[in-house]
Amino acid sequence: MPEPPPESAGTALADELETTGLVADAVTVEIAGVTAGVQPRRKKGLGVGSWLAIAWLAGLVLAAIVAPILPIPGPNETFTDIQNNQAPFATVNTPVGCNGSACTGSIVPFTEGHPLGGDKNGHDLLSRAIYGARDSLIVGFGAIAFGILAGGLLGLIGGYYRGKIDTVIVGFLDIMLAIPALVLALSLTAVLRGRVDDLWILVIALGIISVPILGRITRANTLVWAEREFVTAARAQGAKNWRIMTREVLPNVLPAMFSIALLGVAVVIAAEAALRLLGVGLSITDPTWGGIINDGRDALTQGQTAHVVFVGSAFIFFTILSLNYLADVVRARFDVREAAI
Amino acid sequence: MSLLRRRQRDTAETTAERFPAEPLEGPLLEVTNVKTHFDSPRGVVHAVDDVSFSLDRGRTLGIVGESGSGKTVLSRSVMGLLPKKHVIREGSITFEGREIGNLGASEMRHIWGSQMAMIFQDPMTSLNPVMKVGNQVTESLLYHLDISRTYADELAEALFTSVGIPEPKRRLDEYPHQLSGGLRQRVMIAIALACGPKLLFADEPTTALDVTVQAQILDLLQEQQRERFMAMILVTHDLGVVAGRTDDIAVMYAGKIVEKAPTSVLFRNMKMPYTEALVQSIPKLADKSHTRLHVIGGRPPPLINPPVGCRFAPRCPYAQEKCVKEEPPLRESDVPGHTFACWFPVGTPEGRDALERNRAAGVTAAVVSDGAAAAVSTTATEVG
Repeated sequence: MPEPPPESAGTALADELETTGLVADAVTVEIAGVTAGVQPRRKKGLGVGSWLAIAWLAGLVLAAIVAPILPIPGPNETFTDIQNNQAPFATVNTPVGCNGSACTGSIVPFTEGHPLGGDKNGHDLLSRAIYGARDSLIVGFGAIAFGILAGGLLGLIGGYYRGKIDTVIVGFLDIMLAIPALVLALSLTAVLRGRVDDLWILVIALGIISVPILGRITRANTLVWAEREFVTAARAQGAKNWRIMTREVLPNVLPAMFSIALLGVAVVIAAEAALRLLGVGLSITDPTWGGIINDGRDALTQGQTAHVVFVGSAFIFFTILSLNYLADVVRARFDVREAAI
Repeated sequence: MSLLRRRQRDTAETTAERFPAEPLEGPLLEVTNVKTHFDSPRGVVHAVDDVSFSLDRGRTLGIVGESGSGKTVLSRSVMGLLPKKHVIREGSITFEGREIGNLGASEMRHIWGSQMAMIFQDPMTSLNPVMKVGNQVTESLLYHLDISRTYADELAEALFTSVGIPEPKRRLDEYPHQLSGGLRQRVMIAIALACGPKLLFADEPTTALDVTVQAQILDLLQEQQRERFMAMILVTHDLGVVAGRTDDIAVMYAGKIVEKAPTSVLFRNMKMPYTEALVQSIPKLADKSHTRLHVIGGRPPPLINPPVGCRFAPRCPYAQEKCVKEEPPLRESDVPGHTFACWFPVGTPEGRDALERNRAAGVTAAVVSDGAAAAVSTTATEVG
């Protein structure tokens, strides 16, 4: 009969104590505490995906900031070789070759001097994408930040206090939702035009549009969390309403708000392009990702080339993917859920 | 431990500054004819109906009753934690001689936590899942006491030690989901005790816990209550929990206190058939295995339109005609401090006669007189 390993004696004792069912809570906890103290806590690395996402976002922001000193052409520089080059993926019904002003061709990616190719106006796409990151990110995050602040506040107040305040807030949000978003954005930009910088017009207009969506999400979640027992417990300890809202309810509601907000960033970046299409957004000299898509739209619908639209979409896609992926990783790492047993 | 003493002194000083000295004579809490009714779409729910009791400093009162008897609503009424809307409140609640029944939330905030605190039933849901437990303790310390952040942290650690949490320093930095049920309830107790309240409500503090942990938590509560000379109201549905741990017991049925007595008197010399039924329903260790447990047949009456007479009559083995027609008032028994509401009390000649008459008839008068019992057993309103 083999000798049991010496270190199992302690565990055997613990097992015995546990099976007898008589062991005090404090004792078991102490045993658990000691063993937990001996073993170092398992640390997980970030993983390739997270590093890729971080690299993409950091690289993008950095490139957008230092764009003027990067070895890329200016966003509004026109290259005749791009303009004169024919569309690479020309279909049957498109005339091959380009004649003068009717030219809508764009050059292929990975050509000398223009790694992502160019658009119909003869602009370098890489340059436009990097410069475009500035306004796109400002509009995307700015508008959503506005939405989170205003909508979050309204939703939190409505969901927490309920009653008349809630009725007024919900009514207000419903009225805003009832107006088609583009019409609302159009009228807002029309009203604000000339008073503030074009970029901030977009931030405010698109921000206002995102208010009812974020407001309703926040309110719905607040309604649920404000009914929870720990809120009553906090009240019974004398916490003020504002403190309960910000310290007890809000941290629980934030995950839901952020998951919607991240998707909202993508929608807002695309909405900027829609406004540009309607002639109220930024001008062609202010590149954005939405603008790139807009510039390549004709070529796509006429079956000439897809890569301009593709480049614009890819920048939006990878940015949002990275953000969502990182948000998931962060949530998984700091997962604080109640039902962990 | 010296830290704890320092803390208590500090609490006393701050409290004295903020609240003018109250006379130490007279009961700490006096509840007179309190009614709490809920205005629901189906009618007015008489959750708490005409309840009176008083509690002295450093004493413990157990409130016992089955689910829906209004014991939780009573404790929340006294704390003033019920919503304002659709709640009809009557009666007076005085705390240290001051009427608090009609105070608004902003005034109650100075009483909540620092003067009276509450421990909730389920430690799984009454801690904020996204806040470190240490912060949840220091939060009320910082709000009620004028102390620094670092001192509050020290106090929290001392509190954790005093409620028997091992490795308090490490636990302060943990989230509720990292703690076991028993530890969470200890954290809840630490939060409730943080500002040294004079009155502690424990609303079924052990219902959600393991049986082995239950006894420890109750012992801890008792120990802290004695150490701090704090009054405590222990709300439970389990007579076994309050036996030997409280000075007095009030038995609630359908929103009313039906019997109230010092603990030993209640167990030895109960007068109300409902109390008797409750005591009989406790399983005894001495019983043989497969002994049939005593149950109380039927369900509590609906609290919308409660029956006219005694509310327990439809389920009572002693019930007579009178019980269905007239509501018995609370009256004094020969033992001081013992009151009960019954026409045919247990252990009296009238009670024995009533029981024998019912046994001979094979049915109680309540069932004979009308279909009340049938109505009672089909409709029941749950009021937590």
